Amino acid sequence: MEQINFLIERLPRFLDGAWVTVQLTIGGAALAFVLAMVFGIMGSVGHWLPRAVSTIYVEVFRGIAALVLMFWMAYALPIATGFQLEDRFAAILALGLNVGAYGAEVVRSSINAVAKSQIEATVALNFSWFQRMRLVVVPQAWAQMLPTFGNLVIELMKATAVAYLIGVADLAAVAQQLREATGETVVAYSGALILYYLIAQVLILGMRLLERRANRKLGRIPSGGQGLLSLLRAPTIGTKVGVAK
Amino acid sequence: MNIWDFEWTFEVLPDLLGGLWTTVQITVVAYLMALVLGLVISMARRVPIFGSILHFVMEFIRTTPLVMQLVFVFLLAPSTVSGMTVGVLVLGVHYSAYTAEVYRSGIEGVAKGQWEAARALSLPAHRTWGAIVLPQAIRKVIPALGNYLIAMFKDTPLLFAIGVAELLTEAQRVGSADFRMVEAFTLVGFLFLVVSIPSAILIRRLEKRYVAV
Repeated sequence: MEQINFLIERLPRFLDGAWVTVQLTIGGAALAFVLAMVFGIMGSVGHWLPRAVSTIYVEVFRGIAALVLMFWMAYALPIATGFQLEDRFAAILALGLNVGAYGAEVVRSSINAVAKSQIEATVALNFSWFQRMRLVVVPQAWAQMLPTFGNLVIELMKATAVAYLIGVADLAAVAQQLREATGETVVAYSGALILYYLIAQVLILGMRLLERRANRKLGRIPSGGQGLLSLLRAPTIGTKVGVAK
Repeated sequence: MNIWDFEWTFEVLPDLLGGLWTTVQITVVAYLMALVLGLVISMARRVPIFGSILHFVMEFIRTTPLVMQLVFVFLLAPSTVSGMTVGVLVLGVHYSAYTAEVYRSGIEGVAKGQWEAARALSLPAHRTWGAIVLPQAIRKVIPALGNYLIAMFKDTPLLFAIGVAELLTEAQRVGSADFRMVEAFTLVGFLFLVVSIPSAILIRRLEKRYVAV
């Protein structure tokens, strides 16, 4: 009972932290999405130069852990260049660059998986490269990317927790502060973990809605069935950030 | 003060390599744990009720941050337990939530006829699993399991949060002592690439070999 009161009393603080976590997740995901699209499409074109640039980006930023990137931006960059990034911005940049590299691989392989006959059809219709991408290739690849993107977003949200190590006041930092102030380790950390879990569930639901929409637009029946309850189906097998695809 | 001091870089390299060695050791032990525990969990999940509870617990572990789990367990553990032990245990359990899913997909991929054949031969459960199901299931998921080794290696910097002297912690220590953060953290990034790029290539080879079979 006491523990529950403790949690309720400090709920506003937890929510403040959770809000920062959500901001980091949205910011990181937005950056990762743009990078994934740009480098993924570059990786799928015929010319060697954009492909090489894409490969270098993917291998470098996939190979270095997000936390290492974050430390580099928070502590090395100011000394090397004289610019001090705001710590929240440094966290978003590191997460976006890291997850974007995984995303680029997903985009590239989804684009390459679009049926050859579809490409041939666009050639027959004399589409420009841009028309082909926008009207035919990307909408089909999109439906295939989404399940993996969903897993990447969850991994990104989990990875935001390391930002407290460079001084961002996110949910993890709130748990630490509450513990230091009150000594209630179990309550402080369980509360934060439950909030993380809830954020993840919301993200999973949102990604499933997107998936259904993408499939319906292509005239496909969503894999989990059509009713609202199908949104609660067991998640697809986890693709972890750090897993080469 | 110039930006990059080569002399200093070579001076601290042994310290960083020591950190890297710790990182590798932790990864290997935790990975072996995740391999075994994941298999046990994927089989235990087939038990009614208990399996559902286990599924929820694993889902909770998989959707909450690893760094929080590390710190939480470290704070709860008695002070005699080292950060290294906590790190290996938590990493192992966290990743077993992923490997269990991989094994599950492998087990579900075994053709129904194989189960039926085992039943027709009235093989006991341990023979059905040991001689029929697992050899087929595991073979198919080897590349997927290999990917988690690299993933885990890239999660070891999180042990910084509980003070284990792995690569990032060592870099922070030597870097802040001499105020040479640029070299320290750039070296860490470089060392990560040195390990993770070749291992990624290796896994891709493995993948080709097993997927082709």
